[in-house]
Amino acid sequence: MTEVELAPRGTPKRRRTRRLSGWDRVVITLMAGVPTLLTVALVWLPALASVGLSFSSWSGYGSVSSIQWVGLENYKNIFTIYPEFPPAIEHNLEWLAVFFCLPAPFGLFLAVQLDKRIRFSRLYQSILFLPVVLSLALIGFMTELIFSPTQGLINNLTGHTHGHVTDWLGNPHLNIWAVMLMACWRQTGYVMVLFLAGLKSVDPSLKEAASLDGANGRQIFRHVTWPSLRPINVVVLVVTVIESLRAFDIVYVINKGTDGLELLSVLVTDNIIGEASRIGFGSALATILLVISLAFIVPYLVSVFRKDSRP
Amino acid sequence: MTAPGTLPAAAPARRSRKADRARGDSPAPARIALHIFLAGTCLVWLVPLLYAFYTALRPYADTARRGYVSVGGHYGTGNFSAAWVQAQLPHYFWNSVLITVPALVLTLWLASMVAFVVARFRFRINIALLMLFTAGNLLPQQAIVTPLFKLYQLVPLPQWLAASGKLDDSFPGLILIHVAFQTGFCAFVMSNYMRTIPAELGEAAVMDGASVWRQYWQVILPLCRPVLAALATLEFTWIYNDFFWATVLMQTGANRPVTAALNNLTGEFFVNNNLIAAAALIVAIPTLVVFFALQRQFVSGLTLGANKG
Repeated sequence: MTEVELAPRGTPKRRRTRRLSGWDRVVITLMAGVPTLLTVALVWLPALASVGLSFSSWSGYGSVSSIQWVGLENYKNIFTIYPEFPPAIEHNLEWLAVFFCLPAPFGLFLAVQLDKRIRFSRLYQSILFLPVVLSLALIGFMTELIFSPTQGLINNLTGHTHGHVTDWLGNPHLNIWAVMLMACWRQTGYVMVLFLAGLKSVDPSLKEAASLDGANGRQIFRHVTWPSLRPINVVVLVVTVIESLRAFDIVYVINKGTDGLELLSVLVTDNIIGEASRIGFGSALATILLVISLAFIVPYLVSVFRKDSRP
Repeated sequence: MTAPGTLPAAAPARRSRKADRARGDSPAPARIALHIFLAGTCLVWLVPLLYAFYTALRPYADTARRGYVSVGGHYGTGNFSAAWVQAQLPHYFWNSVLITVPALVLTLWLASMVAFVVARFRFRINIALLMLFTAGNLLPQQAIVTPLFKLYQLVPLPQWLAASGKLDDSFPGLILIHVAFQTGFCAFVMSNYMRTIPAELGEAAVMDGASVWRQYWQVILPLCRPVLAALATLEFTWIYNDFFWATVLMQTGANRPVTAALNNLTGEFFVNNNLIAAAALIVAIPTLVVFFALQRQFVSGLTLGANKG
């Protein structure tokens, strides 16, 4: 697909680059430099600063010189005496597990079915895809419409609005599951679309050959389709992890991420816009989030770009 | 549910589409079961939105008396107009426009320039540069927000640009973080796309004495229209749907874009589920337009990112 391969390290640059005039060099530097500067200043500098500030104690109000360095104390406090941290980690892990066990396989299953030549396939695809365009904040409002105790769909449907009311969103053992169900509603369509694109790139002649050899549908999927979906599987894995770490909007809309809806992302936010602004402590939480996400991002990118640099 | 056995001979003749015989047609019972399953799933998928729409059409008094799962009473657009007027939704929609449009244009412009440099020239730092952008886009926003928030409070802006006098709580601040964050994804997608454009095209332009800028602006960029359309659709949806940045970096409630403003307005204006449903559906309209009119672009933008060109 790539006609112009990137030069591997050490090979001489092509003539074209040597022909560049001085002015062209300035233009190229600006074209790549300005966006790079912006991304470095607003994304990577803060990311590094998160790590740096995580070793400090700073309310954020005094000048930069009022920062006190406290070593690993923030981390120690997070892991020992911060009551919101264990539930937040637990919910993030549950979120990840649910995203991994429900929308990912179900999205794949739907994609495989819709990839068959059946009638109305486009219509089915569109409907299943619909929630993907909605914002997660909006899905938070939909969650309230469906699960709120007296005005919600579920309790009205089951006749639980009077007397014994199931408080889906108020009960700290139930609410995270209600929220995740709605998050899955959106995530499934997302995963399905990714897999559908992957399935389209599977060489049909391979399937044909397998089918002529007498393989049944299941065998074709197992031995032909699934192996060629490998790149998409990696993408889906990364999307699943990142989306579950980013989860924020839905729970924040419902109750600002408290009472059973704690998430790492919410804790970070609470420490900067809450009443008690604790920059150092918040940064330590952010660093934990950063490390977890980079543990997935870096291997993913290395695999993507290694393929790229191969001649 | 996987299609058992392939019976090419039994394939119904009514299929007029170009059929690749590889994906064999399953026998009728399996096919019917599949349709029942898919139609059922789709129905379940539509329930939240249909229910929201149905609830929004009914006055609160009726649902309070008859229950939310009931028929009868009045139906009308009263909740929609109430939400639209009482909560001043047009004002917040305008805020969304002021943020989304500049952010979208800047993102695509900057990303296309980076992609052009990375895809059309062989510099050693190209891959590192692309990784920097792509990885930045994949980070959770919360991992960088704490220092960013402080940084925004420290950077002054002239009064005519921001009433707050600093990057924090200002439109330019919100626009810039969207641009910085989204450029990564767009640069990744566009560089893959630009690499598929034959090198000869650029070289021919160079032979004719075209500068690098003209090569970018007049040769390469016009060829990128499909990918630009796809990314514009996708990025519009993402930036419009943003809740987190606007909640944290825009403290003045009146300046928030509509997606984030909805949260403040609940409780103040939207006191019952009927009004919330109406407001939520109004806020969803731009994304529903994307869904109905630009779904192909949206999907191709998503999958271009996943499929590497």
